[in-house]
Amino acid sequence: MTSLDDKVDLSVSPPDTGSVAMVLWQTALGIAILFVWQGVSGRFVDNFFISNPLEVGRRLLGWTIDGSIFMHLWATVYATVVGFAVGSVIGATLGIWLGVSIFTSRLLNPYLSALNALPKVALAPLFVLWFGLGIESKIALAAVLVLFLVFLNTFAGVRQVDQDLIDGARLMRATRMQVIIKVILPSTLSWLFAGLRVSVPYALIGAVLGEMIASNRGLGYLVQYSGAQFDTAGVFAVLIVIALLAMLLNFVVDLVQNRMERWRIVSR
Amino acid sequence: MIQIRHVYKNFRRGDSVVEALRDFDLTIKQGEIVAVIGPSGCGKSTLLNMIAGLYNPSKGRVIYKGSPITDVNTDVGYMTQKDNLLPWRNVRDNIAFPLELAGVAKAEREARADAAIKQVGIDGFETRFPNELSGGMRKRACLARMMLYGAHTALLDEPFAALDAQLKLAMHDLLLRLAADNGQTVVFVTHDLMEAVTLADRVIVCTRRPAMIALEQEIPLSRPRDVLNVRFTNEFKDLYDALWERLRLEYQEDRV
Repeated sequence: MTSLDDKVDLSVSPPDTGSVAMVLWQTALGIAILFVWQGVSGRFVDNFFISNPLEVGRRLLGWTIDGSIFMHLWATVYATVVGFAVGSVIGATLGIWLGVSIFTSRLLNPYLSALNALPKVALAPLFVLWFGLGIESKIALAAVLVLFLVFLNTFAGVRQVDQDLIDGARLMRATRMQVIIKVILPSTLSWLFAGLRVSVPYALIGAVLGEMIASNRGLGYLVQYSGAQFDTAGVFAVLIVIALLAMLLNFVVDLVQNRMERWRIVSR
Repeated sequence: MIQIRHVYKNFRRGDSVVEALRDFDLTIKQGEIVAVIGPSGCGKSTLLNMIAGLYNPSKGRVIYKGSPITDVNTDVGYMTQKDNLLPWRNVRDNIAFPLELAGVAKAEREARADAAIKQVGIDGFETRFPNELSGGMRKRACLARMMLYGAHTALLDEPFAALDAQLKLAMHDLLLRLAADNGQTVVFVTHDLMEAVTLADRVIVCTRRPAMIALEQEIPLSRPRDVLNVRFTNEFKDLYDALWERLRLEYQEDRV
């Protein structure tokens, strides 16, 4: 878990764009890389392996003009977003349910550990069998990746709830449901958000992997297809689109998190 | 009326068993203010937890208003040194929380909360969050909440221990006023003898763990009490000295 989180954090942390000068430097670096790439390609390294920026650009332009990239992009975004939503709802619900019922959580503990240790990607063939080659199997893969992260965070959060607050509410005649909704849920919220935030990139990973395994559309399919055609420029072009999409998702998460900041529980 | 009938309480801590209360027998009358005093960690808080129905006695019975306590006692308000305000709710919503749980309409519960806020003297802070308040203000908010939901019995576990002397006096005054206005029974645990004698109708001195009753002392000081000046009367001094004499034994043994 920790190592995964670390990786996520690295990819998420925004570049230092504090000053205009830094932005200029960053742009300059990007352009320099493109020039070097273009210069090296065909001269020192075979074009077959690294293609070149002009060709990649041409590929992107072509896909944009004929509109095919949007179809693939939409398929991936759809699977990511729906998978994220399904996974977080199930994960949060499970986390709260198991968090409050000690017996059930103890009962299920070994099975949940086993499932959590399982590389979720290995479930992909099963999802293809269950949900077919369509978008549903990609949603399922994205959802299952998200589910465990959100579940673990929510569960830990519920376990951290101050027992005195729960006892206090019970003394004030709160029903069990009221305790869950008005005490446990709000104090778990920051944990839940942390889980949601970490799992967004995993939803994208699930969707893309699902598309790579068996599909006829989506960015994962496109990168797989381009590779199979020995179309290096195509592979690079899709990678750029995926990277942009991932950055966009992170941006959205940051935006949402900033708005949610006031809900964060400030320690007393 | 609260009857504590020959109550024993043991806790299992790993392999060892810790005896918190031994043969504790006490009857608290309706509207009485009882202070339980004793060395720290002697099992005083356990007593409150049992009156609140959060723990069951290992042996013996706790009878509240004629019936034995079997579940959480929703007739009591509980206030500890740690003021259990919900950190994500502002002062008004915290104080209105018990009314919200009871299904009181928003407008009514806010009006009642605001009235209570005024009564404890923290008006102007209705929309602040607990972490923005001082310790004394949080205590006031807790008192307002406890009063608002009509708890017939207030259980206080060293509620003012963290406050400075001036603030303590103000809180004592407020507590006595509120308890008198609402006819509440108050059971409070403290290790401050001055506080105990100032507030209580009766002081119960506990032994070191396992807590047993070492001494019961009626405090016949007249009410309403002037919390600021009552301590300078001779009556107060005599009671204080008598209690201290017994309490000192417990603390002395503690040092050995």
